[in-house]
Amino acid sequence: MKEFWKRITDKYGYPKVLITIFLIILCIIAVIQQQNLPGLLKDSLVRIGMNGVLVLAMVPSINSGTGLNFGLSIGILCGILAGCISIELKLTGMTALIAAILMSIPFSVIAGYLYGLLLNRVKGDEMTVGTYMGFSIVSLMCIGWLLLPFQSPDMIWAIGGKGLRTTIALADKFGKVLDDFLSFNVLGEPVPTGSLLFFGLMCVIVWLFFKTKTGVAMIAAGDNAKFAAANGINVNQQRVIGTILSMVLGGIGIVIYAQSFGFFQLYTGPLMMPFMAVSAVLIGGASAKKANIANVVSGTTLFFALLAISLPVINKMMPEGNLSEVIRIIVTYGVILYALTKVGGDN
Amino acid sequence: MNTQIDISKRKQTSKISFMNILANYSVPILFVIICMLGIYASKLNMTYILNEIVIRLSRNLFLVLALIIPVMAGMGLNFAIVIGAMAGQIGLIAIKVLDMGGFTGFLMALLISTPFALLFGYGTGQILNKTKGKEMITGLMLGYFANGLYQLVFLTFMGTIIPVNNPEIILSGGVGLKNALDLKFIQYSLDNLIKLDIAGVKIPVVTILFILVLCFVLRFVIKTKLGQDFRALGQDINIAEVSGINTNKTRLIAITISTVLAAWGQIIFLQNIGTLNTYNSHEQVGMFAIAALLVGGASVTKATIGQAVVGTLLFHTLFIVSPFAGKNLFGDAQIGEYFRSFIAYGVIALSLVLHAWQKYMKEHNKEKLG
Amino acid sequence: MDEQYILQLKNISKEYFGNKVLKEVNLNVKAGEIHALVGENGAGKSTLMNIIFGMPVIHSTGGYTGEIIFDGKTVDIKSPKDALDLGIGMVHQEFMLLPGFTITENIKLNREITKHNPVSRILGDIMKSLDIKAMRKDAKEDLQKLGMDIDEWLPIQGLPVGYMQFVEIAREIDKKNIRLLVFDEPTAVLTESEAEKLLEAMKKISSQGIAILFITHRLDEVLSVSDSITIMRDGEQVSHMNTKDATLAKIAELMVGRKIERVVHEIRESKNNNEIIMTIKNLKVNMPGEEVKGLDLEVKKGEILGIGGLAGQGKIGIANGIMGLYKSSGEVYLGNTKLELNNTRKAIENKLAFVSEDRRGVGLLLDTSIEMNIVITSMQVQNRFLKSLFGIKLFNIKDDKAIRSWALKMIKDLDIRCTGPTQLTRRLSGGNQQKVCIARALTLEPEILFVSEPTRGIDIGAKKLVLDLLVKLNRELGVTIVMTSSELGELRSICDRIAIIYDGKLEGILNPTDSDADFGLMMAGKYGAKEVV
Repeated sequence: MKEFWKRITDKYGYPKVLITIFLIILCIIAVIQQQNLPGLLKDSLVRIGMNGVLVLAMVPSINSGTGLNFGLSIGILCGILAGCISIELKLTGMTALIAAILMSIPFSVIAGYLYGLLLNRVKGDEMTVGTYMGFSIVSLMCIGWLLLPFQSPDMIWAIGGKGLRTTIALADKFGKVLDDFLSFNVLGEPVPTGSLLFFGLMCVIVWLFFKTKTGVAMIAAGDNAKFAAANGINVNQQRVIGTILSMVLGGIGIVIYAQSFGFFQLYTGPLMMPFMAVSAVLIGGASAKKANIANVVSGTTLFFALLAISLPVINKMMPEGNLSEVIRIIVTYGVILYALTKVGGDN
Repeated sequence: MNTQIDISKRKQTSKISFMNILANYSVPILFVIICMLGIYASKLNMTYILNEIVIRLSRNLFLVLALIIPVMAGMGLNFAIVIGAMAGQIGLIAIKVLDMGGFTGFLMALLISTPFALLFGYGTGQILNKTKGKEMITGLMLGYFANGLYQLVFLTFMGTIIPVNNPEIILSGGVGLKNALDLKFIQYSLDNLIKLDIAGVKIPVVTILFILVLCFVLRFVIKTKLGQDFRALGQDINIAEVSGINTNKTRLIAITISTVLAAWGQIIFLQNIGTLNTYNSHEQVGMFAIAALLVGGASVTKATIGQAVVGTLLFHTLFIVSPFAGKNLFGDAQIGEYFRSFIAYGVIALSLVLHAWQKYMKEHNKEKLG
Repeated sequence: MDEQYILQLKNISKEYFGNKVLKEVNLNVKAGEIHALVGENGAGKSTLMNIIFGMPVIHSTGGYTGEIIFDGKTVDIKSPKDALDLGIGMVHQEFMLLPGFTITENIKLNREITKHNPVSRILGDIMKSLDIKAMRKDAKEDLQKLGMDIDEWLPIQGLPVGYMQFVEIAREIDKKNIRLLVFDEPTAVLTESEAEKLLEAMKKISSQGIAILFITHRLDEVLSVSDSITIMRDGEQVSHMNTKDATLAKIAELMVGRKIERVVHEIRESKNNNEIIMTIKNLKVNMPGEEVKGLDLEVKKGEILGIGGLAGQGKIGIANGIMGLYKSSGEVYLGNTKLELNNTRKAIENKLAFVSEDRRGVGLLLDTSIEMNIVITSMQVQNRFLKSLFGIKLFNIKDDKAIRSWALKMIKDLDIRCTGPTQLTRRLSGGNQQKVCIARALTLEPEILFVSEPTRGIDIGAKKLVLDLLVKLNRELGVTIVMTSSELGELRSICDRIAIIYDGKLEGILNPTDSDADFGLMMAGKYGAKEVV
């Protein structure tokens, strides 16, 4: 048994194994509590489709050597901005969604480029700097949301108040358009086919990217900068490209998230969002130096299924307080903390 | 070997240079200017501002001072003082349960919080020793993680594992602590022990005395063998290690002191505020204390008592005036509030960038110079 | 007899991962003498010092065998602290000084003089106050012992390098129990006058009864200051003599001399071939510890040129500089065209290839497959091993099939022992890792191949295979090879000519068959003084 345990944890890492066990226990309790199992499955799938692209955004930044992208909130802001513009242009439905995605890309590219230049000057401290750059840009944008000249009555406060609302409802814009795309029912519950397909598509694109010449160079630069430099690869350039890609995926990711969630959350909404994505990819078995698509898919599935299932299960066990939220906090930061101590151990 | 003359000469020139002073104090000078503009734009009267400043200095400075030793010991800005603040709140919750008010209650809170703070500090130190060179991000994440554990304990263990059934503090279901605890029974128990009124400005003498004592203690510690070890570690941990200093132990002591001070600081802070937001009061403690320290001109590697005082003064002046300034300038107090939180985050981000940049350039140059 | 020795090492042996780096070494240091320890790099001096100081690296790799006798007693030094307690001190090559502390604080680092105060009586010694006055007094005395007159309260930051060295020494002699002081290349960073002053200080210290173990490459310093000399080579102690019996030539010969097994028997006619493929003019390379300071050298087409010299003299910097891994200046011509420096990509495009001395750090992606390690440079620089995706020209992805077949060919040709082309290079033995590095270089189809330290950290059997491979590439593919190595023996076994680098410049070029003494003198930078000695 001990042997087996060691082999399993060596192969998959503690976070993945422990989270899996925890998830299994929750599932068993759910069955005992006679929860609506197809409903839970649907919730899990919705959350996976909702968050998948955001988690995927970690892959280019990790592989290019800038580590976990704690500054992903900057890309997220780009996506929200693009989403707001799409609403301002009175677009609806799939058009609005596609417009939001396309418009987010130039913002993310510019932000990612500048952020990448910054990261090249703080090598070794990307995580700390990234976290606080993210925080400060989010708080700067708080002022931005107040002052930006948006006019759409769906976004600004109806009476009094200045600037955009804290949450912008997307129900009659592009809310759920992707979730409902090609949706079909399984056991009476709708499957968010479109979002899952889109997540899959993005995964394939990123997977293909890492097979290109640039992708190969990026992995080499991230794995061993000295090696890369000695073989004619421009390491700083690769890091910038990785950062840009990460931000672009972050921007797209939040649009997908919002479409499924039904709302854009402005102001301090994006503040802590990167940590969830970081945690998910770590649960999937990625490290601060290496990540692949399998890490993203398994991490997203485990983490968000856990959140989806823990909510009703734990609330039934303990109706008072917000225990499932507490569990989210403990899992998210516990996993990151574990990864940090592992990095330290290697040095 | 007549280079000695050069050395003394150089020392003199650096003393005179005005530009040097400007460069060394650029951050506080910048904030003095921002504060002046803010005070002007806020149109507040000076007595009000002074009163507010005194209140905020007396309630926040202790927490800011708690940061100094880890900086000195080369562990950077201690984002994990949040955990110390939690220990402080445990002390407060305990006296609430025990129903001890007044100055006795205050002292009791200090006393109860101390063993928790020692324990938490020790744990934090152990983890930070495993993540050398990444103390700040680890401290930050540890703070968030500990927050989860803290919520777990007070949301679910209170009333179940920990048998408390005081309806005043427990949620209606009998499990979990209420979101806000009234601390009226110890509010101002320290501040109002002796209160002086100088030209309309009320001064909480004992609180300030507490802070002064802490300053002296810190200065004393710096001059001891332990302080010398901290300083050695702060400059180069490898050399300190080679010269036989037990670096892990020294770091552990540094972070434990900081945690205990943060616990006490949080109690002082909350006895002034008078309400404990069970699940939020501690969250921002680290950020605000760190931002204040940095505004005073401190950096990731250097922090003094003077910088703590000046920084707290400036940062909180900004805090007082910015909503009013925002309202007067843009017709919206919200802008001022967002502006000050941007300043808090921004000054930390800037300081971290500068530190990382310098570190990177230093290594870069070393490679070039050989 | 034995009592007069302060330190005796008896039959010390040490293995690193099955690699014998010290073989039955004996060393005897008398009290109060200056004992020089000389040898090429890799001779085992630093390992020996690590053993004397009980460094963790020794004990974490299985310890050592043999006996250490200090002051007549057999001792077991398990940690640096044990060494300190015995009275062994070290003056480091890199300064172990805290820049923000004053001279006094550095001299007294972690040995501060303290006095009790009310708090420390309760909380313990750690809260004792510093007795700055007493510390300064001690520091002043230490500095005076070394003939230094300087304010002991100045900060280290801003002091000239020479002063720092003295502070470092003052710290050691401040330890009251000090019996033996190790100087590791102390003059390497000093100017000539500073070095002289240091040697004088060393004599002063030894006259006070403290033994000095003096590790250096500068043979003239050895002759002028030491009482006796131990020479090491390849992990063995090859000779011990009194300085009065020594000459420069003798030391030099002993330092480098060894049986030469010439792999290549014929001395080739390439000597007659005078076509120059590369001309290096006034090359300067800023590589820390291996600085090149204005090198002129010509490489002939089709030859194997060896580059030798002692560690730190700059031989390693040459290839690293030309390939753009470290900042360099000067002129490098390929035939008649000038090569752009500081541009690795350009160098590779110009048919230069490099196998780095730092195999695991620079040479390989350890967690990547053998096949990717072999093709990556060619893919990045020459756009080979790519194919278009869905027939779209713009999207080129790696051509797995082409990569696989090329890797299999390389594995076969170079006889890389592995489980297959997808094995991670981390799991390969040193020799096979080196072959992967060479395979990558070959994939570039280079005209000139720079190989640095090709056999470092490789076991003896594999060493020969790697050298044979280089000869084969040279003979069969006509690749010009520039091989840098610390092991003179291997240079002499396959090279056509050997350039010796001293102090960042070319000291001279020798034939592999020239005498040991010539090589020794040249490596010590004393070739010009040959006739005089």
